[in-house]
Amino acid sequence: MKIAVCIKQVPTREWQPRLDDSKTWIREADASFEMNEPDAYALEEALRLKEKHGGEVVVCSAGPARVAQVIREALARGADRAIHVEDDGLASADAFVTASALAAAMQDEKFDLVLTGLQSDDQGFAQVGVVLAEKLGTPHSTIIMEVHVEGSNLRVKRELEGGWFQWIAMPLPAVLTIQSGINQLRYATLKGIMAAKKKEIRKAAALAASAPKQKIVSLYVPEKGKKTQIISGSPAEAAKALVQKLRDEARVIQ
Amino acid sequence: MILVIAEQKDGRLNRASWETIAGAQQLDPSAITVLVPGASAASVAAELAAANVSEVVTVEHAALNPYTPDGYTAALQDAIAQLGPTHVLLPHTYQTRDFAPKLAARLDRAIVTDVTAIKKSPSTGSGQADVAFVRPMFQGKLTADVVPQGPPPHFVTFQIGAYRVDQVAKGSSSAPVRALTVNVDASQVRQNPEAPFQQAKAAVDLSQAERIVSVGRGIKEQANIKIAEDLARALGAELAASRPICDSGWLPMERQVGSSGQTVAPKLYLALGISGAIQHLVGMKGSNTIVAINKDPDAPIFEIADYGIVGDLFEIVPAMIEALKQ
Repeated sequence: MKIAVCIKQVPTREWQPRLDDSKTWIREADASFEMNEPDAYALEEALRLKEKHGGEVVVCSAGPARVAQVIREALARGADRAIHVEDDGLASADAFVTASALAAAMQDEKFDLVLTGLQSDDQGFAQVGVVLAEKLGTPHSTIIMEVHVEGSNLRVKRELEGGWFQWIAMPLPAVLTIQSGINQLRYATLKGIMAAKKKEIRKAAALAASAPKQKIVSLYVPEKGKKTQIISGSPAEAAKALVQKLRDEARVIQ
Repeated sequence: MILVIAEQKDGRLNRASWETIAGAQQLDPSAITVLVPGASAASVAAELAAANVSEVVTVEHAALNPYTPDGYTAALQDAIAQLGPTHVLLPHTYQTRDFAPKLAARLDRAIVTDVTAIKKSPSTGSGQADVAFVRPMFQGKLTADVVPQGPPPHFVTFQIGAYRVDQVAKGSSSAPVRALTVNVDASQVRQNPEAPFQQAKAAVDLSQAERIVSVGRGIKEQANIKIAEDLARALGAELAASRPICDSGWLPMERQVGSSGQTVAPKLYLALGISGAIQHLVGMKGSNTIVAINKDPDAPIFEIADYGIVGDLFEIVPAMIEALKQ
């Protein structure tokens, strides 16, 4: 089985947001980056499918030169080779531009299965996987919690809202967006890190980048919707003051 | 004309459909068509016609039942071609996320997802170039004003709770209802879904809880869950968690609050070490009093909290338990 995993590099959870001079994007120089968490689960699922069915796992990423960091990490965890669609403009690209760039680079590979995270922790569109399926002309399903390959067919467990699920069958090739928590992640071993250095990373140009479908006109720290009373003091003082406010002011405890 | 795609299951509309109509009325109340797809669409059409909208259109077709992204994309592509809207508005539900990006891609049109507000430029009033859609980015740490690019229709999906059901303006009389016929080649539908099921019957109904203590990544390890349990006991509260805690197996899935778990609205919601990702907030922001304890002063949870303590939960929680004894 030839499996592609699309991964994105996003700012770390600990990153404190800083805006660039245009106030329409972040100051990338200040940010530290990591693999988008749902994509890490997609990669793990691909590695497990390969262990079960054989074949290869190809990691694909669209972004500036810096995304080589997460590509190396994916190779160290066990992906066989990589495709990097490299373009500085992809750092802040919308989902259509990203999906178009990926689709152009992936088209000729004729993957049996394409996995990616259900959404990214940066722009959070939850669109790339679905748009990619449309561009590749394959069926898709989203927010997947279990994947079974049965011959030339897929059987997947899709998460619905409020604790409901549903099994869906579809033919391969297909695109799936993977939900966090579908599996337990593995980490790169020293051997994996060494092996990754010899693995191929094919660079692809973002040819004829499609026109953006959305424009960020302003980016800012959210305005507070509520007046939050921040209670200060030592832990003991703050705890005592909070309990008193919950009793006497909010009246939600006795 | 603004087209709202309502969502219904077995003749029951979800709340998010009404919220989306409220959003449409903010954008341009003068010309709104509500489209309701799927079998039993007719039964909810009369309900929708009570809203102040121009008309309600039902679309029934074998390819729409059961739901598949291929079936919905094909049917709605045809419906949109017939109706010619400037905007297509949808609730940002799991179902919308499954098909709307495909539909927009098929038509090669912009789609702005997870929108929380509409900003109209005051200078020239309405008209699409003057409308920006507000959406969270970077896990809610930042907010963006986004303008869709390219020709209409522009697709917009609204975050659950962005508008309230009681904001929907009712019409003075019922809006007309008509059935729209769409052409769908059933062989285009490649997904074959089975009936939805619940993994485990939820033994805990968090939606009925008066008080909830909820834990997030900040609890660091499974052994630390106990201090949250102790606080819950002292407060007479149920214990809940954000998704990562349940993914790690530290608490059962049935105690998860958020878009993939339960939606709760207790008198008191106390969030311990929860940063406040959107997926969590949509499940609890209707709570009466929200308390956040978190070491990160920039955590988005503080934006919706009534009371906040910035600090180490491992120091504050034992002190709270102590204070509750007095």
